[in-house]
Amino acid sequence: MTAAIEISGITKRYGNVTALDGVSFRIEPGELFGLIGPDGAGKSSLYRILATLALPDSGSAKVCGLDVAADYRVLRTRIGYMPEKFSFYQDLTVTENLHFFASLFGVSVRENFPLIAPIFGQLEKFPDRKAGALSGGMKQKLALSCALIHRPEILLLDEPTTGVDAVSRSEFWEMLSQLTRSGITILVSTSYMDEATRCGRIAMINEGHILAVDSPAALAGSLGENLYNAVAPDMFGLLTQLRMMPDVIDCYTFGATLHLVAAPGFSPGETVAALTHSGLRDVRIYPAQGDIEDLFIKQIRDGK
Amino acid sequence: MENRDNAISVAGLTKRFGSFTAVDHITFDVGRGEIFGFLGANGAGKTTAMRMLCGLSVPTSGTGRVAGYDIISQPEEVKRHIGYMSQKFSLYGELTVKENLRLFSSIYGMSAARFREVSQRLVKDLEMTGMENTLVKDIPVGWKQKLAFVSATMHSPEVVFLDEPTGGVDPVTRRKFWELIYKASSEGMTVFVTTHYLDEAEYCNRVSIMVDGKISALDSPSALKEKYHASTMDEVFRTVAKDAVRTE
Repeated sequence: MTAAIEISGITKRYGNVTALDGVSFRIEPGELFGLIGPDGAGKSSLYRILATLALPDSGSAKVCGLDVAADYRVLRTRIGYMPEKFSFYQDLTVTENLHFFASLFGVSVRENFPLIAPIFGQLEKFPDRKAGALSGGMKQKLALSCALIHRPEILLLDEPTTGVDAVSRSEFWEMLSQLTRSGITILVSTSYMDEATRCGRIAMINEGHILAVDSPAALAGSLGENLYNAVAPDMFGLLTQLRMMPDVIDCYTFGATLHLVAAPGFSPGETVAALTHSGLRDVRIYPAQGDIEDLFIKQIRDGK
Repeated sequence: MENRDNAISVAGLTKRFGSFTAVDHITFDVGRGEIFGFLGANGAGKTTAMRMLCGLSVPTSGTGRVAGYDIISQPEEVKRHIGYMSQKFSLYGELTVKENLRLFSSIYGMSAARFREVSQRLVKDLEMTGMENTLVKDIPVGWKQKLAFVSATMHSPEVVFLDEPTGGVDPVTRRKFWELIYKASSEGMTVFVTTHYLDEAEYCNRVSIMVDGKISALDSPSALKEKYHASTMDEVFRTVAKDAVRTE
């Protein structure tokens, strides 16, 4: 089967900054695939290459079986790209924007409307409002509708949920799941680690390097660390003390608890006793389940 | 009677734009040295409320004191006694590290002599020795953030307002940033912070959640989790904010 996206050894430099360094991975048709990494990791550079808006310095990529450099004209009609900064026209109304994008791709709004109906439905209340006057959440829905109106095979979404609250983010991911059910392949990037679990598979990216590619569950399972939760009323005191202990490889905040990466001879009981002796009260240490964020922290610690 | 131990104290604070009530009678206090998480859905009114607290916007009704000054009658004093940092716009990319520090020191009214006194130590604390003359646009995101925090706090304000300070930052840098917050708080600075990362809400002493202009929940993370029978702040937030009507 032809891959939906196949990236082979892509390197991209801007002056003396290497934004992407030998990036390779493959996305199968119908996947909801996440590209997870912080700002500056190289996510947008990769998107620009896949969307045929920039050329790699070396390496190649195929999208829908078409080469991003040689076949860029044909390819542009088969992908939908939603950059981080929405690219519709602020001075056109909601309806005008949709018709504009449809005409760019030579399709009619009517023929493809069923695909966007669940998303666009929420915008139909104000068809004559200027796009620039919409709320952030509504702009996001309009941008997604415009990126979908020509029924692309592949949807490229660059950080669609940045700065969006937890409730709206959750709704957005629901929409993406719906879209994959209609056969569209989606590559979506995010800097929110907790969104990784919404994807079938993910690629973790940092400083231009792909750290790992797999399902979120497999990646969390591959952590292979001796991980514990630690809590005490004085969390910052606990953190400071744990970091100085010889059996503690790393210790970092993790929501309501601290995560503690333990060396082989670590004993929770003895550690609690030692901390209590040095004045900390009500310390509890118990095994923890690692996730993608722990893996990311480990990769950065290991200097990968 | 005003409580002298409060760094922030507001009562019935309201802001209307025409017929739209952006902030609707909010009342709360933040104690000195507290880390206070100010959460809410997009469009709930957080930014408008924060602008009033910073003396940048006059309330339609209600009262408020920040860092000991009245936000309505003494907005200029408020501005001098607080620090403000946002993730999106806090530093000038075309200025060097040192120039940014000097700029913010003069904005916050520090004397040149005082700036010379502290700037060496600041650069050293930031572990940026040797980078003083680098343009800010050329330094990594994590450094920019630390620099922005120091720029907003070098005049030792009583309260620092942090507006989504960690958006888009890698998980290690995000945690280092919170350690800066802990340190500032342990030295008595009051921290007022907004975030979309719900794990960060756990690091706050108390958290408020705004929905449609009102404060719908306010308590410590553990008390909120108990009240809403939730195991994480993410669940609490979704429960409280799910019925929001407004979206921005």
